[in-house]
Amino acid sequence: MRVSLFVTCLVDQLWPAAAVGAVDVLRRLGCAVEFDQRQTCCGQPAFNTGYRPAARALARRQIEIFESSAVDAIVSPSGSCTAMVRHYDQLFDDASWRARARAVAERTYELSSFLVNRLGVEDVGASFFGRLTWHDACHGLRDLGIRHEPRRLLRRVTGAELVELPNAEACCGFGGTFAVKYPEISVAMLDEKVDAIERAGVDAVVSGDASCLMQIGGRLSRRGSAVRAMHLAEVLASRP
Amino acid sequence: MTFERDARTALADGQLRGALRHATTLFGERRRAALATVPDWEGARDRARAIKDETLAHLDRYLEEFTANAERAGARVHWARDATEACDIIGEIAEQRGARTVVKSKSMASEEIHLNAALARRGIEPVETDLGEYIVQLAGETPSHIVVPAIHKTKAQIGALFADKLGIAPSDDVATLTAAARAALRRRFAEADLGISGVNFAVAETGTILILENEGNARLTTSLPRTHVALMGIEKVIPRFADLDVFLQLLPRSGTGQVLTAYQSLLTGTKRTPEDEGPEELHIVVLDNGRSRMLASAVTRQSLACIRCGACLNACPVYRQIGGHAYGSVYPGPIGAVLSPQLFGLARSAALPYASSLCGACRDVCPVKIDIPALLLHLRAQVVAHRVGEPRVLERLAFWIYAAVMVRPRLFEWVMHAVRRLRIMPPLGAWTKWRDLRPLAPQSFREQWRAGLRDEGDVDA
Repeated sequence: MRVSLFVTCLVDQLWPAAAVGAVDVLRRLGCAVEFDQRQTCCGQPAFNTGYRPAARALARRQIEIFESSAVDAIVSPSGSCTAMVRHYDQLFDDASWRARARAVAERTYELSSFLVNRLGVEDVGASFFGRLTWHDACHGLRDLGIRHEPRRLLRRVTGAELVELPNAEACCGFGGTFAVKYPEISVAMLDEKVDAIERAGVDAVVSGDASCLMQIGGRLSRRGSAVRAMHLAEVLASRP
Repeated sequence: MTFERDARTALADGQLRGALRHATTLFGERRRAALATVPDWEGARDRARAIKDETLAHLDRYLEEFTANAERAGARVHWARDATEACDIIGEIAEQRGARTVVKSKSMASEEIHLNAALARRGIEPVETDLGEYIVQLAGETPSHIVVPAIHKTKAQIGALFADKLGIAPSDDVATLTAAARAALRRRFAEADLGISGVNFAVAETGTILILENEGNARLTTSLPRTHVALMGIEKVIPRFADLDVFLQLLPRSGTGQVLTAYQSLLTGTKRTPEDEGPEELHIVVLDNGRSRMLASAVTRQSLACIRCGACLNACPVYRQIGGHAYGSVYPGPIGAVLSPQLFGLARSAALPYASSLCGACRDVCPVKIDIPALLLHLRAQVVAHRVGEPRVLERLAFWIYAAVMVRPRLFEWVMHAVRRLRIMPPLGAWTKWRDLRPLAPQSFREQWRAGLRDEGDVDA
């Protein structure tokens, strides 16, 4: 299967290990991975803050770049950016752009959903020794309906023990510009999450979005916690 | 900046946050248990939303039908374009009947139009009879939740308030406090000249209004005084009596986690014979106050599908931290952040659409499937496009630069390279005061791709 990687700007610059891990896992499962270097940002920060013209310009780019490749699927290590692509059609009044937006959206998958639902794989041959917990990133969970896929993948990781947080589905308080517009509220939300993570006695908190991981990881390290924040793809790429 | 300031005040209030955490968790758990008793919850949500969509598409027709049928049954229907007109209509009804004391059952619409203050200006004393509203009124506050007005208060705080205002011995025993309120309120019911209620649903085909409650105070308010005034927004109408079926499944379960509220009062007109119970006069005030503006587009129209259950407040992680007062509006929480700017003007509430992490928990629990995050995004786009609220000079500049860079991949790469090389730290004090900032990776993914990752996948290499 031919796959084009939609890396997302955040992963590209801040968490490249997630994309390297995704490429590794996809190749291990027999996919040919392409990466179009024209891609930058999907436009979500602009869209979520109310800057629609900027978001529209970036959406057009993203559509043009990804419709030009003849791959079977576009795969992203981010539920949030995948959800943004699914929202693209709302940005256009023009019917042909809406159709193009939907065509790209239909081919775009978040990594765990691609592995489990499209490739039908749960055991990717990973091994990671330690206690893990899963944080449901909001857009993957509620916009894309991804709940079981990452858990199934993590349960099949050799050596890993998956424990559930009581508030796994609660927002970590990131919310894009929300995290800096209203930092005190953001951190109040975050502390409920981080308290639960610390009580769970895990070695790492795993999620599917680098944005949440920056938020959670940033607070964990500020609080001097030994718990690591890891992207799902990093765990899945771990080998003995 | 009021929202920011008031949110900060709320975050510093340990008692408030404890009360909120306790109550929102409890309501969330009760809701989940209650909706497990409905075999097809998703189907019920879809049916309810379809009824609301149908009603809103022909709202004029259904309101006329409701009016004709309510008046045929003996009610008088009054139309109020805005808060002032509504307060005047109700104030004049009260004055003409020489009312000195008015009992009120819970009505968010009356909070919206600030009816209590308007009545007080006419020398008429409004008495809230819903326990939560009564507590809030005694404390000289405003409700902080649309279903649970005193959610922000602990038992101990209410005990101290009652000791002060009602002269009882300090207590935090719920039964004692409730009994004290009941004794005080029964006297007020007996002396009231007029009763004012809200409306949960208004049935077009019969002219019936339905009021849901748990304390019996709405039933007393609507039956004991000789005159009953019911205040409803234009969106409360539903076409058929049979439509109540689905809404009665959804509303109590979503709001308080009850299968059904303790009382459901279905009121059609006035009493017909002198032996009947009920008021001699029923006035129904139908309030627009900015609602018809929301009919203009499909995205905003769904705001009018709201049945005021409050589930989105209980589910919202932001509301859970700061409570209702910080929103500075009678309608707080996610639905409030959507309704307030549309009802009271974007300029007055420009911060509210941004008071959300867009997590979507509100949309998941909404019994009528209002896409609140989509509405928040729509309002944010309005704020930016019409330059409403704070000037956002730096934000506009930042997004201008962002867009200019992101459409040019080589420039993007050059900028990020420069930031890495020169170790430029962005001015992110709002982040770094509480959280460590993850540094840029030494090598971006695209650099690693070019440096060899691309070729590793080449089987022939």
